[in-house]
Amino acid sequence: MAQFLFRRLLLLVPVLFGIVLVTFVIVRSIPGDPCIAMLGERATQAKCENFRERYGLNDNLLVQFGRYVGALATGDLQDSISQSRPVMEYLSERLPMTLEITVSAMLVATGIGLILGLVSALYRNTLIDVGAMGIANIGVSMPVFWLGLMLAYLFAIILKGTPLQLPPGTRLSAGVSIAPLAETWGLAEPPTGWLGFFYSLISNSVVINSVLTGNIEVLLDALKHLIVPALALGTIPLAIIARMTRSSLLDVLGQDYVRTARAKGLIERLVIFRHALRNALIPIVTVIGLQMGGLLSGAVLTETVFSLPGVGTAITTAIFARDYPVVQGFTLAVALIYVIVNLAVDVSYTFLDPRIRLDA
Amino acid sequence: MTAIAPSNRLDAEALPPQPASPAAVAWRRFQRHRLAMVGMFMLLAVALFVTIGSLFVHGYCSGLKQDVIGERWANCNDTSQIRQPPSSSYLFGTDSVGRDLFARVIFGGQISLLIGVCAALLEVIVGSIVGAVAAYYGGWVDNVLMRLTEAMLNIPSLFLLIVISKFFGGSLPDINLFGRHLTGSVAVIILVIALTSWMYLARIVRASVLSLRERDYVSAARALGVSDRRIIFTHLLPNTLAPIVVTATLGVANAILSEAYVSFLGLGVTGATATWGNMLEGAYRYLEAAPWLWFFPGILILLTVLGVNFVGDGLRDALDPGGLKDL
Repeated sequence: MAQFLFRRLLLLVPVLFGIVLVTFVIVRSIPGDPCIAMLGERATQAKCENFRERYGLNDNLLVQFGRYVGALATGDLQDSISQSRPVMEYLSERLPMTLEITVSAMLVATGIGLILGLVSALYRNTLIDVGAMGIANIGVSMPVFWLGLMLAYLFAIILKGTPLQLPPGTRLSAGVSIAPLAETWGLAEPPTGWLGFFYSLISNSVVINSVLTGNIEVLLDALKHLIVPALALGTIPLAIIARMTRSSLLDVLGQDYVRTARAKGLIERLVIFRHALRNALIPIVTVIGLQMGGLLSGAVLTETVFSLPGVGTAITTAIFARDYPVVQGFTLAVALIYVIVNLAVDVSYTFLDPRIRLDA
Repeated sequence: MTAIAPSNRLDAEALPPQPASPAAVAWRRFQRHRLAMVGMFMLLAVALFVTIGSLFVHGYCSGLKQDVIGERWANCNDTSQIRQPPSSSYLFGTDSVGRDLFARVIFGGQISLLIGVCAALLEVIVGSIVGAVAAYYGGWVDNVLMRLTEAMLNIPSLFLLIVISKFFGGSLPDINLFGRHLTGSVAVIILVIALTSWMYLARIVRASVLSLRERDYVSAARALGVSDRRIIFTHLLPNTLAPIVVTATLGVANAILSEAYVSFLGLGVTGATATWGNMLEGAYRYLEAAPWLWFFPGILILLTVLGVNFVGDGLRDALDPGGLKDL
């Protein structure tokens, strides 16, 4: 196991290098001058020269790339041009929001998708099946942000005044806020370096912060604000998971060992949950991992619709500002998360099916 | 004489029927797929709506002080009619600068469908060539192409899309097509969507060419001195047609959605040319005040994409039942 993980992590190096190269090349090809984007009307020849010198934009592209990779090797994402501070710091503010909606959307998608798929498979070719698969088909055909608008309209406007009313956007209600953990815990100074990065991630995540400080009021408000974005974002993976669960379970239910289990008089519930579902899970888990990419993409759109301060809104702003380090760093972070989730999926196969040996 | 004729007919009936061509078999299977037929009718309805409809939309444009028809009506803004709710004179209401949404949905639909089809075609060309070349030549060519493919697959597609769409940013001249005047950004978006979506197809084509190139008929062709290019295009690619057709169909749906996403973020088709995507840009600010702004373009995207997905499912079952399940 340790050997497998090590080898897989080693294999990640060329993939990550490829990602860094692709983003670097693409980002530098954006026409326009970061100096003019930043300074606007005030950009004079001399000022721009200074500016370019400061951010090393005058050097040869190869030199710039070398410097970037060198910085990455020490875990540095360089400084943001438009924010004049480390990209890491900016990332630690924006990433928690994106992770919160992505994770909650994944929970929605897996929870409901599994149930929907299971029910469809068990009541195959009945009205329930046709209905559930119809919903799944419509789910994958909807633009994420449009579904977001529809849900926001439903929960915030049509259901206004009922207990089901939910806020259509923003992170927290007006007047509700969180304090940095260091302040609450009375630390003299927040940690720095890598530890500081992870500290900020936790401290800036409204959900984790409010759980750690036991602030129920903030937690409930935060969760309430998460429901609509999570539903909107989770629908496409939900539909795909439901379809995959149905077909995978139908496959397994037709196999001999399931017939044997039934023949020896096992109750149906045990046949389904202990024998069939576990074997059906492998393709389902694979799909869940692959859906992470779509979720992270969808998060950009969901954040825009609901005006949430996440990675997606930051990247779009950074593209307009020609803020190369932010676009590169944020894209890399997102790709890294995707790659790691899929590695975790590979590892989970061994738990689902002991016949799969990782070191093979 | 009269006695022989019936027995002749009997003989003809006893003969085994002509074997159906693969295309005919596929078409029969496709027709039996109920959802696929529903999807085809949905697409037909949308296609008729955006073509026939465009011939009839008209109105009095107060800016030009005359009655106008067609695209000029779709682009005519009347500042006294900003964000009017749907009514008998404006079936789908008006947008933020007072243009008729019904006309814009029709003309925007033409562009969205054009983008969908062209981007999918381009995606197929790039994907099949990369996949076939990688598999046919193998070695370092394969290595370089596949590592590139993997790197691009590992970056969530929308991130690639928004970064690349800025790359070309409206630097192209306007285009005239079928009497319509389009901004150059339409071509940019087609290119960008194709360039960020070819990777899956490349992997599928590579996998199937890898096995095909070891077949005897390919060795025979090579022994006859047929050029590599000819082998790839006339011997290998036609044999991977089934996955290519299915991917191309589903690619149309994805391209329409991608256009909507990029345009929604303000990075897509710009200028006066309407698309379903750019009609939605900024519409989220009027969630409660003007829901028709975002409802109608969205519902047409949904209908089209749903139709394409149904047809794609039907094609998959018709062309290769069993083989392409994981596409």
